[in-house]
Amino acid sequence: MSKQRLASMIEWVDARFPLTANWRAHLSEYYAPKNFNFWYYFGSLAMLVLVNQLLTGIFLTMNYKPDANMAFASVEYIMRDVDFGWLIRYMHSTGASMFFVVVYLHMFRGMMYGSYRKPRELLWLIGMGIFFVLMMLAFTGYILPWGQMSYWGAQVIVSMIGAIPVVGQTLSNWLLGDFMLSDAALNRFFAYHVVTLPVLLVTLVVVHILALHEVGSNNPDGIEIKANKDPVTHIPVDGIPFHPYYSVKDIFGVVVFLIVFCSIIFFAPEMGGYFLEYNNFVPANTLQTPDHIAPVWYFTPYYSMLRAVTINFLWIDAKLWGIVLMGGSVAIFCLLPWLDRSPVKSIRYKGPIFKTALVLFVISVFVLGWLGTKSPTPLYTSLAQIFTVVYFAFFILMPWYSKIDKTKPEPTRVKE
Amino acid sequence: MIKITDILFIFFLVPLSAFGSGPEMKLDRAPIHPADKLSLQRGAQTFVNYCLTCHSAEYMRYNRLRDLGLTETQISDNLIFTGQKVGELMTVAMRKKDAKQWFGVAPPDLSVIARSRGADWLYTYLRKFYRDESTATGWNNLLFDKVAMPHALYQLQGQQSVVLKTVDDGHGGQHEVKELKLDTPGTLSKTEYDLYVADLVNYLVYLGEPAAAKRLQLGVIVLLFLFGMLALTYALKHEFWRDIH
Repeated sequence: MSKQRLASMIEWVDARFPLTANWRAHLSEYYAPKNFNFWYYFGSLAMLVLVNQLLTGIFLTMNYKPDANMAFASVEYIMRDVDFGWLIRYMHSTGASMFFVVVYLHMFRGMMYGSYRKPRELLWLIGMGIFFVLMMLAFTGYILPWGQMSYWGAQVIVSMIGAIPVVGQTLSNWLLGDFMLSDAALNRFFAYHVVTLPVLLVTLVVVHILALHEVGSNNPDGIEIKANKDPVTHIPVDGIPFHPYYSVKDIFGVVVFLIVFCSIIFFAPEMGGYFLEYNNFVPANTLQTPDHIAPVWYFTPYYSMLRAVTINFLWIDAKLWGIVLMGGSVAIFCLLPWLDRSPVKSIRYKGPIFKTALVLFVISVFVLGWLGTKSPTPLYTSLAQIFTVVYFAFFILMPWYSKIDKTKPEPTRVKE
Repeated sequence: MIKITDILFIFFLVPLSAFGSGPEMKLDRAPIHPADKLSLQRGAQTFVNYCLTCHSAEYMRYNRLRDLGLTETQISDNLIFTGQKVGELMTVAMRKKDAKQWFGVAPPDLSVIARSRGADWLYTYLRKFYRDESTATGWNNLLFDKVAMPHALYQLQGQQSVVLKTVDDGHGGQHEVKELKLDTPGTLSKTEYDLYVADLVNYLVYLGEPAAAKRLQLGVIVLLFLFGMLALTYALKHEFWRDIH
């Protein structure tokens, strides 16, 4: 095709659809700060994993059977009789865990560089919406193979919905389509997992990117590049067009990610029982509770907090407190934009108190995550209680410690 | 209907009781070689002769055994005793309901048993049966106490019985451990029997994931390709970013 021919075709489209305008607004003339570091790969990687989940999910749906008597066998059919079915399934199961890896790193980046602060509060909240939907997707997807862990893990969560005061039992029946976890519920979870939640997730991701491109990306220095524009061109002096600079940089990031991703898929798809639990290779048995119920690794910190409450207080049952705490541990992230009162955004200019608090928070997440994979003992329960307090203290005390912390002055231009 | 409190009871207390069941037995390492096709063939033979009478492997097709270097004719002549066609699944004639009545539990399907139990567990389990007159079958197992399964391979291994032995725990204390001693020898020596079980476990591991060999093979190619791409994409990024500073 000649160059003129292509130009006239694009012209034809542009007269009917804002193709070039969108290309410019979101890629070739979207100006991103030039000082993005390692932590800025994970947004685009999350999109890559999303596409991986959608594509492999379509192929899995072609052979999976959402039927309590056939689900387990249909997964093994995919693993054995479908051409490259094993690869598609491992891409999907590894993708689920890697989704959480990149999203957790993406969120941690936001916490380090204050990406949730004004004017990006709404962007952060939309991101939290994505995180909630992702958790629901992970939960509904884990039920589908109908193994022991699928069934009993879901049983724990479903019983938690039922424990919500007043409406819990009705809500649980409405969601399950039955009074207990059964074939009807499996069908519904399949519908949520392949239609409802993916549509919601993709929509939220589009909204997240639109919001990002409205306010512009934050950067490791936490200063606004839009505050310093070229007087003639009105382009931020520290900004560079996303395409080609960040598109080629992200492609490099994609290859590094794929090396890690494929190493797991091809050489350790079970990841030592963390990505695919051994007990889930036993078909669901509604009459036999497994000795040890543990969620997949990405839910273990919350599971630890759920188990940490052992006393009733304020006339409320310990179990209900555990559920409240578990929900709160996720929901509290939404308040971050208003909890942080520091005059600076980035950790580079924040003081020693914030840095210490963040380190303690990360340690508590790892310890709680590790404890969540273990059977509770008195020592482990005490540890879980201590680190639950540390986890929440990071958020609750933030308005106070972020204010009194000794910060350094922010620069006017980004650093290399 | 299951009550919430029951679930939470299970949820909070079962892990505790599991912990309370005492230290677990140390597993013997299964000396298996997944690439050894002869070992896999011997394991397959043992499997169809001894296991596939009560246990099914109903997610596995007989003709998949071509992975082990066998032809379809060899498979149907030597490994199918049920009159099934070579493209059919490894099912058993025993009905689950009958099996449950006879053994107390229906023998589990073995398709993915190696993925849930692990090779070392299977290797240890199949060598730790002993005579115990207090059980319904007359057999018990050191690794799996009061197991419903009788010792299917006893003619090969012989009959063992349990003896209590007092050992020093290294900290000045003493405790009793159960050990097995061979009362009636079988047709195989101890070493021969261990190798025999290793072949079977090797096969069970293969059975758990028949695509595993292909997975590893393909993985090497994919990673080599990706490392090539790594160099190319790095060069591309470097070239574009030269003018940014």
